[in-house]
Amino acid sequence: MALSGLDIFKLLPKTNCGDCGVPTCMAFAMKLAQKKAELSECPHASEEAKATLGAASEPPIRLVKIGGQSSLEVGNETVMFRHEKTFYHPTGIAIELRASEGQEKLLPKIKEIEKHKVERVGEELKTDLFFVTQDSQDKKDFLGAINLVKQNSAKGIILYCQDRATLKEALGLLKDDRPAIFLQKELEDADIELAKTNQASLILTAESFEELAAQTEKARSAGLNDLLLNLESKGVGHHLLHNTILRRSALKKNFKPFGYPLFSRIQIKDDFELAANASIFLCKYDSVIVLPRYDKALLYALFTLRQNIYTDPQKPIQVDPKVYPIGDPTPESPVFVTTNFSLTYFIVSGEIENSGLSAHLVVTDTEGQSVLTAWAAGKFVGEKVAKFIKDIKFEQQVKTRKIVIPGFASQISGDLEEHLPGWEVIVGCQEASDIPSFVKKVKLT
Amino acid sequence: MTFEIPEETHAGKVMEVTLGATPDQGGTRSHTVKIGGSTSSPFHFFEGEHPHSPVVAMEVFDQVPAKYPDFLRNYCRDVIDQPAAMAKKCVAEYGAELISVRLEGTHPEKGNRSVEEAAEIVKHVLESVSVPIIVTGHSHFEKNNEVMKKVCEVSAGENCLINYVETDNYKTIAAACLAYKHTLVAQSPIDVNLAKQLNILLTEMNFPAEKIVMDPLTGTLGYGLEYTYSIMERIRNDGLAGDKMLAFPMLINPGYETFRVKETRAAEKDYPEWGDLEARGIYWEISTSMSLLVAGAELLIMYHPQAVDAVKKKIKEMFVPKKGN
Ligand code: SF4
Repeated sequence: MALSGLDIFKLLPKTNCGDCGVPTCMAFAMKLAQKKAELSECPHASEEAKATLGAASEPPIRLVKIGGQSSLEVGNETVMFRHEKTFYHPTGIAIELRASEGQEKLLPKIKEIEKHKVERVGEELKTDLFFVTQDSQDKKDFLGAINLVKQNSAKGIILYCQDRATLKEALGLLKDDRPAIFLQKELEDADIELAKTNQASLILTAESFEELAAQTEKARSAGLNDLLLNLESKGVGHHLLHNTILRRSALKKNFKPFGYPLFSRIQIKDDFELAANASIFLCKYDSVIVLPRYDKALLYALFTLRQNIYTDPQKPIQVDPKVYPIGDPTPESPVFVTTNFSLTYFIVSGEIENSGLSAHLVVTDTEGQSVLTAWAAGKFVGEKVAKFIKDIKFEQQVKTRKIVIPGFASQISGDLEEHLPGWEVIVGCQEASDIPSFVKKVKLT
Repeated sequence: MTFEIPEETHAGKVMEVTLGATPDQGGTRSHTVKIGGSTSSPFHFFEGEHPHSPVVAMEVFDQVPAKYPDFLRNYCRDVIDQPAAMAKKCVAEYGAELISVRLEGTHPEKGNRSVEEAAEIVKHVLESVSVPIIVTGHSHFEKNNEVMKKVCEVSAGENCLINYVETDNYKTIAAACLAYKHTLVAQSPIDVNLAKQLNILLTEMNFPAEKIVMDPLTGTLGYGLEYTYSIMERIRNDGLAGDKMLAFPMLINPGYETFRVKETRAAEKDYPEWGDLEARGIYWEISTSMSLLVAGAELLIMYHPQAVDAVKKKIKEMFVPKKGN
């Protein structure tokens, strides 16, 4: 919670000694309130001032990192609804690996998950973590699985092992890798010690709010702050309520024990119920979810949902302005032009593809605005479209000299023909869904 | 450590809307379906009332959409061209709680079927199932108005959900709904102000508020879902805060919108990293449905029987925390 200049002033020595570089304590308080100074610049600040101001400047939900070089950052969220600002740190998706599966089976699986990527609107979508479970008689299986992940993947690791001695050995394999430890039992001092000495974060599990708060307080007072919270729920209904209450307590009540990212390990047999649970958890506040298995189709849906929910509502996703081939276009194929708002691009390219046509889709830079908005703002006008086509030397790449513009931008047609000599402008349909019927009716080349 | 659950209470309440009519209410349905009535955010039982759970409808067609995927056809291959029989199958085998009859084939460019034919189909569906029905039209104003007028007339008293009107075309259909006692869907293009404006226009012509369902326009996963999601949350928040012209239950179309995008149609061999086609389609519809459920959807028109099954199970599970359960 932000403190006002006056609140801060009350905490300062009020001696106006000037050691902080400004003449009065009041002036220094104002600078602090505006975040233009740090409290450490006042050598005389009391312990109380440090504690109060320190807590006030802490984010309401802590940012937690898991993993070494390509680490996942989760937490530091500030709102309950994405339209209030944005959700900042996309939910990390982990895949569970069981030590009992054996290294022979695990190796190809790890390799495949590691290389699995889907590209969508210029973003590379992938899983973030492995969750390694010790469920084998032999601790060598667990340690072996961890070594396999370490050797074959750059993703961070969450460890789940009930035996502390084995866990300690596993952590020894992961120096500098900032692993997380999943603790599915009452927190003990030895767990805190283990996490601290190995720079690991701790995932705390509890069955009630009170129990969870008691555990985080215990960890916090022992100086361990890299925590994630796992409040166990019976079913998705309770899970949604728990997550809402935890997040609201942290953001609205500044309730420090719950100021940590939320975690959920999903163990559901039915594929479709799994998809349903994971979808809700992504929308409603889980910062890390663990999936029980690797399923490409499910991951594609979840990646897309995550991208949608975590997009900044103030900044529409843009695609790169360039020429996109649809199907296998030749220099004689039809040419369409539209804006670089991702949704426009997706729908238009999808419908051209649906029509069965191979074509060139010229996507101009409208700073992510849709056709109507961009046209109204002067970003999708004849002169600019023509300049873009010339700048990218598109005329040298195709023999076609007809260009289809969106129906909503019909007004630019004269202007475009003027700036693009030799080309005939065809006004297309207004709705992308009419493209398949439009291309049947009109000669495009 | 003392901890108190931070409750937020609201001045407003989502309008309670009844769909269908039983014989003593002037219709022939075996039961009615009620939606709405909430006094807190979706599923927030700890700080408000949620008298009715969201419901799942399935859709039948006067003309099967051109892009209807083949794997989906397999579930209804024998009856896909017989809307009344397909409706029966969807209710009996796939658990549909309502049936939407989509009359897209009456669109002049998509079949141009006659008004009479459309009315016959609706009558047959009403005879073959006893659940409340939704009649879904299209964007060709003149034709749609004629179709819906006739549909309202032949189903008089059934309290069908007539889907939909928009700001530029609401009077004719709203008047027919009034005259023949139906409920109406007010559709607006992912915009809080336009949604509110249309509801004001409707209530100004004395259309009863308890007969309005809002459609914020569904963008499926990857195709504008984030816009629909946030508009729904804003509509619901404003409605609960006391804005009566936004406090209506909301309808979404995960089925229709999902099963026409590339991600539910492209084969795995062309996009190996996208995984199995049919599973992908089901996941796509489930993710769209579940995310919009937590954003405030009360009525979902869905397509894939397995997605319907999973979503219905989850709605039940979401209602477990309800007091008295
Ligand atoms: S150094 Fe501290 S005590 Fe001295 S003027 Fe600045 S704020 Fe006041």
